[in-house]
Formats: sequence, C-alpha cells, structure tokens
Amino acid sequence: MARFLFHRLWQSALVIWLMSFVVYSLIGLMPGDPVDLMITSDPNVTAEDAAHLRELYGLGRPIVERYGNWLGASLTGNFGYSRLHAQPVMEVIEPALGNTVTLVGLSLLLALLIGLPAGIAAAVRPYSKTDYTINILAFAGISVPPFWLALMLIIVFAVLLGVLPAGGSGALGVGGIWDNTQYLVLPVVSLTIASVGGHTRYMRAAMIETLRQDYIRTARATGAGEARVVFGHALRNALIPVVTIIALDFGYLFSGALITETIFAWPGMGRLIYDAIMGNDFNLALVALLMATLLTLLGNFLADVAYVWLDPRISFHEVER
Amino acid sequence: MTDQTPTPRLAAGERMWALTFRRFLKHRLAVVSAGVLAALALAALAAPVIEALTSANAATVDLFNRFQPPSVAHPLGTDELGRDTLVRLLYGGQVSLLVGLTAAIASAFIGTTIGLLAGYYGGRLDAFLMRFTDGVIALPLLPLLIVLAALDLGKLGLPDALVTSENVSLYRIVAIVALVGWTAVARLVRGTALSLRERPFVSAAEAQGATAFRIMTVHILPNLASPIIVATTLSVGNVILLESVLSFLGLGIQPPIPSWGNLLTNAQELIWDVPSLAFYPGVLIFITVIAFNFLGDGLQDALDPRAKERLG
Repeated sequence: MARFLFHRLWQSALVIWLMSFVVYSLIGLMPGDPVDLMITSDPNVTAEDAAHLRELYGLGRPIVERYGNWLGASLTGNFGYSRLHAQPVMEVIEPALGNTVTLVGLSLLLALLIGLPAGIAAAVRPYSKTDYTINILAFAGISVPPFWLALMLIIVFAVLLGVLPAGGSGALGVGGIWDNTQYLVLPVVSLTIASVGGHTRYMRAAMIETLRQDYIRTARATGAGEARVVFGHALRNALIPVVTIIALDFGYLFSGALITETIFAWPGMGRLIYDAIMGNDFNLALVALLMATLLTLLGNFLADVAYVWLDPRISFHEVER
Repeated sequence: MTDQTPTPRLAAGERMWALTFRRFLKHRLAVVSAGVLAALALAALAAPVIEALTSANAATVDLFNRFQPPSVAHPLGTDELGRDTLVRLLYGGQVSLLVGLTAAIASAFIGTTIGLLAGYYGGRLDAFLMRFTDGVIALPLLPLLIVLAALDLGKLGLPDALVTSENVSLYRIVAIVALVGWTAVARLVRGTALSLRERPFVSAAEAQGATAFRIMTVHILPNLASPIIVATTLSVGNVILLESVLSFLGLGIQPPIPSWGNLLTNAQELIWDVPSLAFYPGVLIFITVIAFNFLGDGLQDALDPRAKERLG
C-alpha cells in the first residue's frame, strides 16, 4: 500500500512538472508579451524604456532559464501576481476553487442519483421498452452540446419565465439562502444533464455484464428474489468499473464546468482559466491550469484506490503495472 | 473477420458482408441515423444551389431586413446583419461536418499508429507509449485546448502564407483535436494488437521473413478494421461537439467562415431579443452528434457482435 502510494505520488509529480514546462512554453507562444501589455496604456514609455523593462524582467533570456527561475520561485510558494486581478495568484484561485468544487460536487451527486438507478432499471430488463427509453435519453444527454443546453435553459427560465437569474453568483452574506442558491440552479442542472447520460450507460453495461455471471444464476437458483439478486449480489461487483470510470471522468467534468461557468458567469476555476488566457494573465493562467491538472490527477488516484477497495481480488500491485 | 491475409475467397467474403449488413439493418435507430446524416450532408452540400434558387444570400449584408421572421424568401428568417439564416446554417454544416470527419480520421490515424507500435513491439516501447497515453488522458482537456487555440502561430515559426490564410482556423482546429483525440483508439488498437501478435498467422508471416512494417500493416491492421471503424464513427460526434465548443468560445473556426459553433456565439448576445437564432445551430449539432452516436452503436452491433454480447 505504502509502495503504491509512493509510486503514484512520484508519477503525479512527474506529470505536473512536465505539464508546468509545457504550459510555460506554450504561454510564451501566445500573442503579446508582458511588457507590451504594460506599456500599451502608457503613451510616455519610449522604446528605450521598453527595452530596459524587457531586460529587467529577463524576457530576452532563453526559455529554459526563465522557466528555471519561475520554478525556483514557485517552489518557495511565490507564484507571482495576477495581472487582471492585481492580487497574488493564490488569493485569486482559492475562492474560485471553492466555487468550482461546489458546482461540480453538486452536479456529480445529482448525476449519480439519477444515472445509477436509471442504468440499473435499464439493465434489469434489457431490450425492453424501459431500456429503450432510458437508452435514448442517455444518448440524448451525451449528444447535446453543453453550451447550447445552457443557452436554452437561460431562454426558458430566465428570458421567458423569468424565474431564475441568467448568470452571476449573488452577493455573499446578503439576503436569504435562496438569494444565493438560485444562481446555482441552472449551472448545476446543465452540468448534470451533460454527465448523467454517460453514468447511465456505464451502469447499464456493467450491470448487464454482472447479471450474466454464474454466481448470479446460482443466487437465482437458490430462490433469491429479483431485488435481492440485483442489490444484494450484483450491485457491488457491477459498481467496480462504474466507480473507476466516474473518478476518471473528473477531468471531463472539470472541462464541462469551464463551459458552464463561462456561460453562467459562475466565478469558478474554468471561467478563471478562460478569462486568464483571454486576458493575457500569464501567471494566473499557468498556475490555474496546473491546479486543474492536479485535481484531475487526484481523481485518477482516487479511481485506483476505489478500485482496490471495492474489489479485494485486485491488489495494489496489479494496479501499479 | 477472416484471420488469413486477403485470399480471393469472394463468396465467403460476400456472405460475411451481407450478414454484417443485415445485422446493421436490425438496429433501426442506426439506419434512421444514417439516413438523417446523409440528408444533412446533402443539404449542406446543396447550400449554393439553395442560395441560387431562393435568391437568399449567406454573405450579403442587408441591414433593412434584419431579424426577419420566417417567410418564403427566408424559410428560417434572417440574422442580425440581414443574412439568410437557413443558408448560413447549411454553410456552417459544411464546415462542421468537414472538420468533424477530418479530425476524427486524423486522430484515428495517430491512435492506430501508436497503438500498433505499442502492441506489436511490446516491452519498453509499449510501457513508454502507454504511460504517455495515460498522461494525455489525465490532462484537463478543454483548458489545455483553449491554450493551444490561443497560440500565436507566427511565433511557432510557421510560414506567413499559412498563418494569414483565411482557412488557418480550419487547419488549426483539426490539428488540435487530432493532437488530443487519439488516446481511445490507441488503447483499443494496442490491446487487440497485443493478442493478435501471438496468433499463428503472425508467427507464420514472421517465419517467412516478413518485415515488422509488413506484419503490422498487412497482417494485423485488417483485423483491427472493425473496432477502428466503430471508434472513429463514435468520435466524429465528440469532435463536432468539441469544435462547436471551441468555436463558440471564439477560439475555433473564425468568422466570416460560418460553423455551427460560431453561429451560436453571435446568437448568445442576441438571446434576449431573438432567442430563435440560438435555437437552430444547436439543434443541428445535437441531431448530428446523436446520429453519429447511434450509427456507431449500430456499426458495433453489425461489425463486432461479440462486443455487444459482452456488454449486453
């Protein structure tokens, strides 16, 4: 167990390190450079001053050297300042991280509460009308463009009915609970619809596979009722692949959150990354992207742990390979 | 799938394809989807014809006829610049379908190459390539795609003629999607290639002195056709979704080239006044993507019936 954890941590650290270098280099390739941005708003800056600033910030030096400096500062906890927010990068990221976790967590919970029972219902009677209907709905959920769904929700509930806000997050500490939670409804619903289809299909496939096993036939032969067979015997085994896929989907949910947050103006990580990249806020974009990678890796790690925890037949040793 | 290298056994081959075709016809949703996709593609290709027939124009700005309701001249009305909505949707369809197909095929090509190399050679190469694949899968895709899409191509040292060309956003999106979309196919191909290389017909080819390249392309690849076709069909839908998201965010296909994604960008700003403009492009994306998903499902039933038995 300890060996496995160590191995995984080492691997994740490697991925993060590689990712930081790749993103650092990519950001160097984006339009504009920091000095250009500083001087566009100040007509008094001469070409000489600009050159001096470039020298001062070391922009002429090779990228490996600049990356080395950034890495050195980061390791001491100094991630620099955000250009757009005029605050230390970490202070900008913290609240955004909380908002995203709220949004993604609620959506994941809802998607599981709907998707898993629906998948089981479909699997218990494969190729029945129920199965057919659930399947079509699941396919519809997978295929609907998430941003368009968000726009349609805005049209129906904000424009036509006017019962929910089209976006924003409300002022903290002002008004009752509803004043703040109403901003969450549409984002959570649209993110849930985007992921529930996948969960349903995974659950259905895994349950059908499990119900074909010999031990299920044995359980039926002993006279166990259908409910007992499905929930008492099959469920735990059927959940193994589902849990893994759900944890692996963490990165996918995060990407989905970017779209949802951008459209609903929900101040989370996805929107932060988008705004940072669009607004040439290099420091913020870099750290926020690494944070997103870290979250995704954490999801993968949890997937491995859950795998072993649910299925004692598999040892950590096997997962390592 | 026959395990032998292509020998002229036409009769058996024909029977196999007839069987496959019959299995496909049983999946009614897939058959309907194939029809819908064919109709959509035809309509998109016919855009210039429709433009000529209805005297509606996709490019001409006509500010006196903005936001027209549906009429005979403009079946779906006009947009904020007085351009015909229907014809613009069809031109957008040309772009979205073309990008979807090209990028899906490009990523299938990359995935197949990596998967074949890893599966056939095994050992260290396999370990390295699969770790790399895992790494790519673990990345937060969309934020990274946004960075890639925001790059200044001029700084990448690409020729000016390409960077300033009108179609550069098309090439860019195909390249970006292909760069990240190959992982599923690579894993699939690698797994199957790993078991195929142990089969007698591969050993026989090796004994006859066939080169590694020949074994991979002539002996192993044909046996992988079914899963690759299924995976590619399923990924077309995903690619179209991805393209539309990036274009919607202003990072994919750039106006004036219309695509279903960037048609929605304009529509978002007008959502309070003309909600219908936001409706059509999304519906078309939805129909196309779900049709590709059903088609992939049907092809899987037809080409790889055992997979269905395993999965139910």
